[in-house]
Formats: sequence, C-alpha cells, structure tokens
Amino acid sequence: MSGIIGKKIGMTTYYGEDGASIACTVVEATPNVVTQVKTKEKDGYAAVQLGFGEKREKSTTKPLAGHFKKSGTTPKLKLVEFRTFKSGLNPGQEVDLNIFEIGDYIDGIGTSKGKGFQGVVKRHGFAGVGGQTHGQHNRARHPGSIGACSFPARVFKGLKMAGRTGGSRVKVQNLRILKLMPEKNLILVSGSLPGYNNSYVILEK
Amino acid sequence: MSELIKYVEAELAEKRTGMPDFGAGDTINVHVKIKEGNKERIQQFQGVVIQRRNPNSAGETFTVRKISNGVGVERIFPLLSASIEKIEIVRKGSVRRARLYYLRGKQGKAAKIKEKKRAVVA
Repeated sequence: MSGIIGKKIGMTTYYGEDGASIACTVVEATPNVVTQVKTKEKDGYAAVQLGFGEKREKSTTKPLAGHFKKSGTTPKLKLVEFRTFKSGLNPGQEVDLNIFEIGDYIDGIGTSKGKGFQGVVKRHGFAGVGGQTHGQHNRARHPGSIGACSFPARVFKGLKMAGRTGGSRVKVQNLRILKLMPEKNLILVSGSLPGYNNSYVILEK
Repeated sequence: MSELIKYVEAELAEKRTGMPDFGAGDTINVHVKIKEGNKERIQQFQGVVIQRRNPNSAGETFTVRKISNGVGVERIFPLLSASIEKIEIVRKGSVRRARLYYLRGKQGKAAKIKEKKRAVVA
C-alpha cells in the first residue's frame, strides 16, 4: 500500500471515451516529503511519515522544527503516517502523484463536513415512526422505542440516538483515478471525497 | 470557482470546440452516437431547445423537446460529451425567455415559435 496527502479542490464533470459523464473530484497533491521512516527494530512497527504543504517557520514549534530539521526539509503543515509503504524511502525524499496510474482503484480518507446536532433519521438512517394517518401527528422523525421496561430497566450502551453528526474521519473505498495532471500536481478521482473544499485528503492505493 | 477547477475544465474541454452557438427557442438537429453491442451508429434527434443549464462549465447540458407520434419527448444532452457527434441549427427562434417550460402544456399552433429575423442559419 502506498499513498499521498493532498488538498481537495472541488468537483467537476469528466467525460469518458464513450461520452458518459462521470462526477469527479479534483485533488491537488504537491510532492510530499518523507519526514520520517519508522522501522520495526527501532519503533516497533514499520511506517513512512509523509509531510504535505508549506508552513511558516515562525509558526512551527521548536520540537517540530527539530523533527523537520532531522529529515532536512522545510516545515510542513500536515503529517501522516503510512504503514507498509513501498520500502526503500529515505527521509527528505519526495513522493509525488506518479505512484498512481490511470485506472487504479484507490481509497480516499478525509474529515466529513460537520452537520451539528442531528436527529436519528439523518444521523443513523432511521425511518421515523409510522405514517401520517391512524391519528399519528407528532412523532414522524422520532426514534421510537429505546428498549424494554422493567427488564433490563436501563437503556443499553451504544444505542443509536440523536447527536453530533459529521466532522469525523471517513474512508471512501474504490474510487478510480480518471486523470493525472503532473504539470499542476492534480489528480482526478471518480466520485466524491469527504469534507470541505481545501481540506486535507489522503489517497491510498 | 477555484482557479484550479477552471484549469481542469479548460483542459478537459479542449477537444470539444466548434460547437455552434444555439440557445433556447432554436430548432436543432443533434447527431448522437448510439452503441449497440460492438456496432456504433448515429441517431438524429431534432427538436426545439427549451433550456441550457450550467453555462460555461464542464457540466453544461441542454434540453431538446420534440413531438414524437403525438407524444412530447424531451431529451437532455451533456454539451461536451463525446457521444454527441455534431449539432446542426435548423432554425433560429425568437423567444423572450431562457427556459421554455410553457411549451410543455401547449400543442400545435400554440406551441409555435416565431423565427428570428435576419438570423444566420449555419
């Protein structure tokens, strides 16, 4: 498995060879820099840490500045660790979008849009209670029963209820690479990716 | 819209240039590629353009309406799709609206559109 960190730019329409229109997301992935290589002997597990985006030196904390200095790069905005990355990378090396090929199936990871406090219909896909007839008038989008009565005499933990929705890490699987534009570091991915425009996304193969 | 999105759309639209300039009210003939198994053939769809949506973007579409065997048929085409072989303008129409939804409730003479004067039919 290998991957890259990028920025979600937005969505547009891509037309296939047969004229089919495919919704696609544009991701800007300027070359990532290897900031650390973790090994089984030293760290207990193997991983490669990549850095994306330029950050001001002034706003970098001293411990982080030391970390970047060690790998010989400028301060980066976003650091992500990838397990089982293709081996043979050294700190300071660059990883660019050429790890992907057109037609590859990849996964996209991002932070979904925050939706605030939402009810169970939107949050968990409940169907609501009953219909609009038989005297029912005031609980169309309610959760219904949340459990039995004197036994167990409590509500089970983890029961699906209303609450804060979105704003969590989401992985979307099996997105296809439609086009690569190395001159502007752009990747066109079929379908949508979680989160707002200009938010970070991780694409992994 | 983001500059980078504009760049991507310009790159993708490069191969589709030379589309005739048409708008709502014009009668056009769309040559559509139809795939049947391994064979490909051209089908023509002639009718009145009742709207163009999402102008100047990669997702631009237009709707063509015609009366087929007494039944109104509307078809939406993506403007930049490769399945459109070519578009011919048959007649330029003079209308005062961008969306001709009012044609849906009309038949025969009531659904007639005046021809644009001094129009150059390509």
